[in-house]
Amino acid sequence: MRTVNEIAERVLDAARKALPGAEIEVKADRSSVGLTRFANSYIHQNVAEDTTSVSLRVHRDGRTIALSTTTGDHAAFVQRAAALAELGPVDATWPGLSRAQPLEREVSHDEATAAATAQDRASLVRDFVEAAGGLEAAGYCRTVAWAGAYRNSAGQALDAATASADMDGIARSDGVDSVARRLSARLSDLDGAALGVRAASGVHSSASPEELPPGRYEVIFEPEAVSDLLNILIMYGFNGKVFNEGRSFAALGAPQFDPSISINDDPFADDIGAKPFDNEGTSRTRLTLVDSGITAAIAHDRRTAREAGARSTGHSNPGENWGPMAANVGLTPGTATLESMIASMERGILVRDLWYTRVLDPRSLVVTGLTRNGAWLVENGEIVKPVRNFRFTQSYPNALTPGAVLGVGSVPIPQASRRELNTLSCPALHLASWNFTGGASG
Amino acid sequence: MTYFDVAEAAVSAALAAGARYADARVMHKRYETMTARNGDIDELTSDESAGIGVRALVGSSWGFFAVPDAEKAKQAGARAAEIAKASARVPGKAIDLIAAEVNTASWASECAIDPIGVALSDKGDLLVHATKAMGEHGADLSEALYQIWDTNKWFLSSEGHRIDQHIRECGGGISATSLGESESQRRSYPSYRGQYGTRGWELVNELDLLAHAPRIAEESRALLDAPLCQSGETTLILGGEQMCLQIHESVGHAIELDRILGWEAAFAGTSWLDLSRLGSLTYGSEFMNIIIDASIPGALGSFGFDDEGVPATRRHAVKNGTWVGVLAGRDSASVAGLDYAGSVRSDGWARLPMVRMTNVGLEPGPHTLEEIIASTEDGIYMENNRSWSIDDKRLNFQFGCEIGYEVKGGKLGRLVRNPTYTGIGPKFWSSMDMLSSEIVNWGTPNCGKGQPAQVGHTGHPAAPARFQGVRVGVRG
Repeated sequence: MRTVNEIAERVLDAARKALPGAEIEVKADRSSVGLTRFANSYIHQNVAEDTTSVSLRVHRDGRTIALSTTTGDHAAFVQRAAALAELGPVDATWPGLSRAQPLEREVSHDEATAAATAQDRASLVRDFVEAAGGLEAAGYCRTVAWAGAYRNSAGQALDAATASADMDGIARSDGVDSVARRLSARLSDLDGAALGVRAASGVHSSASPEELPPGRYEVIFEPEAVSDLLNILIMYGFNGKVFNEGRSFAALGAPQFDPSISINDDPFADDIGAKPFDNEGTSRTRLTLVDSGITAAIAHDRRTAREAGARSTGHSNPGENWGPMAANVGLTPGTATLESMIASMERGILVRDLWYTRVLDPRSLVVTGLTRNGAWLVENGEIVKPVRNFRFTQSYPNALTPGAVLGVGSVPIPQASRRELNTLSCPALHLASWNFTGGASG
Repeated sequence: MTYFDVAEAAVSAALAAGARYADARVMHKRYETMTARNGDIDELTSDESAGIGVRALVGSSWGFFAVPDAEKAKQAGARAAEIAKASARVPGKAIDLIAAEVNTASWASECAIDPIGVALSDKGDLLVHATKAMGEHGADLSEALYQIWDTNKWFLSSEGHRIDQHIRECGGGISATSLGESESQRRSYPSYRGQYGTRGWELVNELDLLAHAPRIAEESRALLDAPLCQSGETTLILGGEQMCLQIHESVGHAIELDRILGWEAAFAGTSWLDLSRLGSLTYGSEFMNIIIDASIPGALGSFGFDDEGVPATRRHAVKNGTWVGVLAGRDSASVAGLDYAGSVRSDGWARLPMVRMTNVGLEPGPHTLEEIIASTEDGIYMENNRSWSIDDKRLNFQFGCEIGYEVKGGKLGRLVRNPTYTGIGPKFWSSMDMLSSEIVNWGTPNCGKGQPAQVGHTGHPAAPARFQGVRVGVRG
């Protein structure tokens, strides 16, 4: 089997011959994914795939086309590109190809994780299920090995390989669920038993939850819930396409967040097996999106950067025309512990996780969604009882505005996003106010 | 070597490696999409994906392995069985498959105009002209897109199924966004991401995107100055496109048998439905008749056979308000003690087939939208989905629409912005007291489910309807 860099070079050579004078970029990816899924405390779905794909983008005579294939017939693939290139639409905002530039840093690649078997993943699942102590358990354990090669006709050539592993599971009993998640560049870092214990602890303390009236409450979000805040902010706020179109709340240089909030995108932090270059062959570096409360940067690909008069930050996103988004986001930890946050709360809600969050207004980033996997009433510094899930309708930036953040946790948990688009490393957050607009019964 | 030969090699290898049942799907899929923005083409993409996915059943668990290279079919079959065996470390009860007629068949969706064959320049001109027209009528951001999927698949099972299908799907839509001081307003036609079906380019021609471009641009601009939707309980009338979303989220997902059995508990969630009440539980009012029907010509959830080789059929999910049916696969039906399946699909050769909606929608009611509005003294009319959120049991929902109108004295009144409504599934559906006969087979090409993630294409026959005592105008 050819390596991805051999494939990328051969396809680039063939495309240059078939399309003389064109600007051409080729990306070859090999992805080996294994995902062991469990529900009702047993493994019910166990899948793996080993896929090599090649994507090609061609700009010639003012026209741009993009193609991809998983077939091994690369000659036919290039012929298809040559046929389409003349018919492609006029592209007045073509940003040009990335120039030759080395990787900022090498990324780690754990061979044991890349070579993990279904047996390895099943062992972690067994540990999770056993640690759940008889509670019903469900979730997955996943390992990913990726090798990628980028080549373009302007001379850029990048190669990298990474691996990662993550586990995400719930424990449940009588309709009460709780969750635990973890992501690492090494499968050996995942502790199925520890995750099972964390998930189960949320269920044991949530028996017979009560419904509270909707309204504004002080809240403590555990790291699983905070990941949703970050995800929405990067999709709809710090996204270069959305920003250029005037649909983002973000204002560069403005103190839009509490000074305790700093948000970075860093492929090299937390050792999470991130990819070191993007779809356009731009080497990725650390990008500070929010610096001590001040909106500091927007994620750009080459096209949105050109529109904004900025430089690409290496965030070309291959999926669904979403626009460039930060891929490995972290909320800088503070000094608070979960215990100290609870102890300082007079009356409020502790939330483990959020669910099905959707944007009602992109500009103000008002979002509706629900709590999930555990919520508890805190009074006078102590957890007093579990509560049923709330629906909320809340502007995310407003919840983090100066003075609204009462504490940032000291222990971040790296997680894979549910949307499979990025990774998020989050500590807990203590917020002054959150607008719960409905209870479990409506 | 034919595609069936490739699948046969994979299935034989899986059986030889210890599987008690195996099947394989060889698939070749082409995808083409073009987008335009503010009078220029934004992107043209042409993807081709081919490969084989093998499913092997050992004990209580499926193993699945997928590769793009047909020459590795035997290895893929053996790997699928080995992966299934690894599941024995955390075993459950043995799973059986309900009986399925063994079919040897060939099927193709209807297609008058091959959508990939339409000249790119013609398709591009349509999008460019539509976005220009929206810009000329006040939109700050005008967007248009089309999408085409052309899929050939060959299915073979260890029970003897040999089925090939050719399914062509396409559709498109336009949207206009106007920017205000503190918020933006978007209008789209014919729906949030366009309208889609298992049809050819004739579907896009029938949409007549250009004719609707000026209207939606002007509406997006007008919405910026419109008053907010009132807050409180009122009579709610929903347009057909929003009813499509309402059905999809609060009925379609809730009746998925894998969710009901807990197989999706950690991610997509479960369901509020309890199998012990199948046949007796009240889901909604007497006007509520929901059908599961993969045989509707041209609807997006249509096929000849599902990805387990079960032929497309029609059955009720809700009849006169009573819950009577589910979306099932051969394994989940066996666990639940049911005798029907037919709703299992994968989004490509690299994904494990799972329970998915086919076409799930309403049978027509006795009214028209005009009659519904005329008989409403005081209420709100909303149309075109803007946002959707529902809990993991598919019970507690809050949906937003792009546009609303007050209804006063049997007539549409003022335009209102940011209309939202919220409710609890069975209470909401029980309040439906009028239903239109004006059914449209809406197509949703973006239904997410499963891990690794899969994107499903679903159809939803839907028509305007009226609901009583609904909480509207929920705001942050």
